[in-house]
Amino acid sequence: MAHAQGGGYYVPDYSYWPLVASAGLACMGAGGAGYLQGLSWGPYALSIGLAIMVVVFFGWFGSVIREGLSGLYSDQVDVSFRWGMIWFIFSEVMFFGAFFGALFYARMLSVPWLGGADPATSKVLWDSVALNWPTAGPGMTGLEFEPMGAWPLPSINTIILLSSGVTLTIGHHALKAGERGKLILAMWATILLGASFVSLQAFEYFEAWTHMNLQLDTGIYGSTFFMLTGFHGAHVIMGTIMLTVIALRCMRGHFNPDHHFGFEAVAWYWHFVDVVWLGLFVFVYIL
Amino acid sequence: MSATSHDVAHGHEHSQGFIRRWLMSTSHKDIGTLYLVTALIALFSGGTMAMVIRAELFQPGIQLVDPYFFNQMTTLHGLIMIFGAVMPAFVGLANWMIPMMVGAPDMALPRMNNFSFWLLPVGLLLIASTLLMPGGGPAGGWTMYPPLVLQTGQAFPFLIFGIHILGISSIMGAINVIATVLNMRAPGMTLMKMPMFVWTWLITAFLLIAVMPVLAGAITMLLTDQYFGTTFFNAAGGGDPALYQHIFWFFGHPEVYIMILPAFGIISEIVPTFARKPLFGYASMVYATASIAFLSFIVWAHHMFTVGMPLAGELFFMYATMLIAVPTGVKVFNWVATMWRGAMTFETPMLFAIGFIILFTIGGFSGLMLAIAPADFQYHDTYFVVAHFHYVLVTGALFSIIAAVYYWLPKWTGVMYNERLGKTHFWLSVIFVNVLFFPQHFLGLAGMPRRIPDYSVQFADWNMVSSIGGFGFGLTQLLFAYLVIRSMSGRGEPASARVWEGARGLEWEVPSPAPHHTFETPPEVR
Repeated sequence: MAHAQGGGYYVPDYSYWPLVASAGLACMGAGGAGYLQGLSWGPYALSIGLAIMVVVFFGWFGSVIREGLSGLYSDQVDVSFRWGMIWFIFSEVMFFGAFFGALFYARMLSVPWLGGADPATSKVLWDSVALNWPTAGPGMTGLEFEPMGAWPLPSINTIILLSSGVTLTIGHHALKAGERGKLILAMWATILLGASFVSLQAFEYFEAWTHMNLQLDTGIYGSTFFMLTGFHGAHVIMGTIMLTVIALRCMRGHFNPDHHFGFEAVAWYWHFVDVVWLGLFVFVYIL
Repeated sequence: MSATSHDVAHGHEHSQGFIRRWLMSTSHKDIGTLYLVTALIALFSGGTMAMVIRAELFQPGIQLVDPYFFNQMTTLHGLIMIFGAVMPAFVGLANWMIPMMVGAPDMALPRMNNFSFWLLPVGLLLIASTLLMPGGGPAGGWTMYPPLVLQTGQAFPFLIFGIHILGISSIMGAINVIATVLNMRAPGMTLMKMPMFVWTWLITAFLLIAVMPVLAGAITMLLTDQYFGTTFFNAAGGGDPALYQHIFWFFGHPEVYIMILPAFGIISEIVPTFARKPLFGYASMVYATASIAFLSFIVWAHHMFTVGMPLAGELFFMYATMLIAVPTGVKVFNWVATMWRGAMTFETPMLFAIGFIILFTIGGFSGLMLAIAPADFQYHDTYFVVAHFHYVLVTGALFSIIAAVYYWLPKWTGVMYNERLGKTHFWLSVIFVNVLFFPQHFLGLAGMPRRIPDYSVQFADWNMVSSIGGFGFGLTQLLFAYLVIRSMSGRGEPASARVWEGARGLEWEVPSPAPHHTFETPPEVR
């Protein structure tokens, strides 16, 4: 019973997906908290919440896709979606900003202070401990670990992720030129590159964890290393899933050269993930 | 408006049925109502906690509640009032008014709008449920500083995930506001013709999207420090507890402007209506709002003067903070200049607006005192701080919300509230709120620390005065609830479309109550 408004703006009449999604996040929040506290029902509630969210993703996005295909979205609706995606990505930038801020603070301020640059701090806490980045902190000096260098895996991963940005752009141009075969090939190449990145990153984590004694609790270096690269990796996984959906939609012929915002939104997201990686590569691995 | 058009306006809604209308809504008006009603419930929940706090502080000594429970009350009072009452109330007002003010059929993304709303009760219930858990609710203060907050018991992850969900809700709400304002304006409604309320909300939405994720990052670090062995806030691992405070207040200071910029917008709507003059200095209002938003990102450490910072930092944050007085002064000057030689009348919304201008300015002045770094070493964590932020949040943000409700309630419900009772509500509120918070300046300057259930006997007199004011202010708000419920149930004199003689703007061109779909055809704005 949806109706297009005057001027052609599509306002859906009612939808149960927001309510279901809220119930899903409620289960995930309560279940995740219960799990962390070791409560017996925690894992069940968390799993149910995740299952609900999967259903929501299929259902809600499915209805948006159907509405889009049936031509309910005018150019003005398209612009709303664009603003929505832009500001969502901006919020993600700020989320990563908090963790980059923590990294900069640790490297520029707290580690030097604890290492003697601020006598008032170091005298009271750990006197005469020399600290140099990368460090696990003054209270864990007995801890031996090997920091993660920029070569070889992270550099290879940089090349892989940058190449995936190129293949995706080739796909976009192919879509605009109406070259279907090239588009689909470029999409699957992008997905393959994304999956390779995730696999290599998993291998890097395995190496760090088992052979380099570099773990999440390896002081501030381990904390910032794993939280920054971990959240980035989670975004790459999410982006790869999104690219897969878009690739399948390309194969079904959902997009035409003039109207393909779904494609563009995912492309924006992928480039954002790419840029975050460049920041990580510079500040976590090289410097 | 006549009874006939009232029926027409509601016909469509009734055909939807209760569940579809209220649980699956995509109507900005119904979702706005849900936000406002939730905010009202949260206001009274958080208010009840304030009553517990003031009852305990009525006399020195431990009187009524366990000190640990007292700490839970101060913590949850803060969290619920900020995330449950003030922010949702402003989002509710934005939902109701922005599409009508810019001439749009609805919010830009109507389903996401409903998602934003339904996450709100989820997050609030997760946080409130901690009161029933073994070990009780969080008790380390709403700011959740480590290492203290890491001593919270079972409540800890429920608190964290509750705030995550409220953050997701706020971000989606803000995205919707920006998309609506940038994309849904009627032809001719240029940016510099937008009502001030829309402008202030556009800038507020930007602040929300910029800083809610930063809060999410900060509390995620708390979570991993607690459960996964990270050492962001642990000096032994090379981290720093003060790092949390930096990240938190990078969110926290823009957050306080998130709670006041829409208030500025509301006052800028109400004062011209009842002064029967256009807003003085419209463009300067826009630029002042943007300046305040910009400055809000570079003043965060004034909450942390005593925590330990290089001298250059103390000085930078002190001067940057004082700079905020300039654009804020522009605003106060403009409101006063709008009233100057206006044909003023003093209906309830105008009374609350004038109350806002005077009392918020007092809060601004005490803020200037707190901005002076060396003086702040004396004031920090005393009742002077409590007095300051309650002047800006209660007589500031809350007064503006109440003013907005009285101002637009006839447009929403189609009936006038009882003017005599409204005025009574104002005068009782304005007297009691000053009895409540003004003495807290004296207590703070004399050295009474905040967040402590007991105090030295020399603070006894003013605490008793403050508590009496608190009980009076709390009870007075029941009158507000009565007036709102009365209007919502349709009792009262029918309201005209324009409602107020001096009202200008698109929302006053449509009948009262506003029809379910306001601008199916976009109006032309000259």
